Amino acid sequence: MKKVYGSASEALDGLLFDGMQIAAGGFGLCGIPELLIDALVDSGVKDLTVASNNAGVDGFGLGKLLETKQIKKMMSSYVGENAEFMRQYLSGELELEFNPQGTLAERMRAGGAGIPGFYTKTGVGTQIAEGKEVKQFRGEDYILEEGIFADLSIVKAWKADDTGNLVFRKTARNFNPPAAMCGKVCVVEVEEIVERGALDPDHIHLPGIYVHRIVQGQHEKRIEQRTTRKREDA
Amino acid sequence: MAAEIKGWDRNQMAARAAEELEDGMYVNLGIGIPTLVANYVGDKDITLQSENGMLGMGPFPFEGEEDPDLINAGKQTITELARTSYFDSATSFGMIRGGKIAAAILGAMEVAENGDLANWMIPGKLVKGMGGAMDLVAGVGRVIVVMDHTNKHGDSKLLKACTLPLTGKGVVDRIITNLGVLDVVDGGLRIVACADGVSEDEIRAATEATIV
Repeated sequence: MKKVYGSASEALDGLLFDGMQIAAGGFGLCGIPELLIDALVDSGVKDLTVASNNAGVDGFGLGKLLETKQIKKMMSSYVGENAEFMRQYLSGELELEFNPQGTLAERMRAGGAGIPGFYTKTGVGTQIAEGKEVKQFRGEDYILEEGIFADLSIVKAWKADDTGNLVFRKTARNFNPPAAMCGKVCVVEVEEIVERGALDPDHIHLPGIYVHRIVQGQHEKRIEQRTTRKREDA
Repeated sequence: MAAEIKGWDRNQMAARAAEELEDGMYVNLGIGIPTLVANYVGDKDITLQSENGMLGMGPFPFEGEEDPDLINAGKQTITELARTSYFDSATSFGMIRGGKIAAAILGAMEVAENGDLANWMIPGKLVKGMGGAMDLVAGVGRVIVVMDHTNKHGDSKLLKACTLPLTGKGVVDRIITNLGVLDVVDGGLRIVACADGVSEDEIRAATEATIV
């Protein structure tokens, strides 16, 4: 059961095919699988459907896969930070399925938990509800949303052991656990692979059963909105 | 109607919104004026949620102490507090959808007299997405909108019916504008308070929605 691979490209070897669906972790540029995205660019795989809360920015994260036109469809909640995305979307080259953020997260979690659909009140009475089954529970309307069952999950964690037990750091956890859960195969990039036993079993955020391949590497971890306060404000 | 309207400025609206918060509440603040509410909670024990996966959101970091792994839902660098906890997005929206968050304070483009809220898209203009707004208004205990009473053309943003695509249907509980405070009640909106120097008649004159 060897899960550790030498590079992001090696970790994706044999898993990619045109037209596949990929679930990606990250929120904005925080906690995105930047090394695996670069490896996807290098692979040339195309016609991808990518479920990810955001679409990166121009020149970084999923923005790179947009520039090379490898993405056919995005499933996201917010895509406002990316000029190339808007250009392709407005010209009809790129499909976009808006999902409320919590619905997207739950669709991933549900897919990973073997739940093909669930009812939620998010989006009832809005455009999001169009074409979806409505059902009443306790006198209130709920809409049916479907679980996401992706061909591949690409996620970023802080630390892993060689069995794939993962620990995330601060708000870089975000969509990574649900994205990891919903793929047939999950590939994880981490900042550090530690010895077995170095992670406290009570402090594992995602157990290794969800993780099939691991790669360690250097992360740029770009900041999208650098905001600070002055010392004298304290 | 370009004349300068009396009433509260952004900070006074935020201060008034902070009065809505009670000791012990878990609260989600939206982007814009709602973010300023955090400056006015005073001694109250309020825990701020950031829907990207954090309870106990702290202030912006000092220069040089920014952490790319620690951002808020607006993607701004922030800090943690002694009480902070982190969790994944599914758990975060579980607590939102599950009604564990007592209140959300949000901006809006339009609010209707039946509590309909529109704040995520303008047809024909750039559509960026709803983010977590639809989940928040559907799930939290109380939805408080903070916005200007009129748009830049002087038209009422409190309407009989929303013209823009909805974020949520019948979800708004209270509206705080530069002119005053209004509640969504049976049959329309009820004036709860007037801003300094603003009369009820002036609020009525500036409002398209039915005032009961």
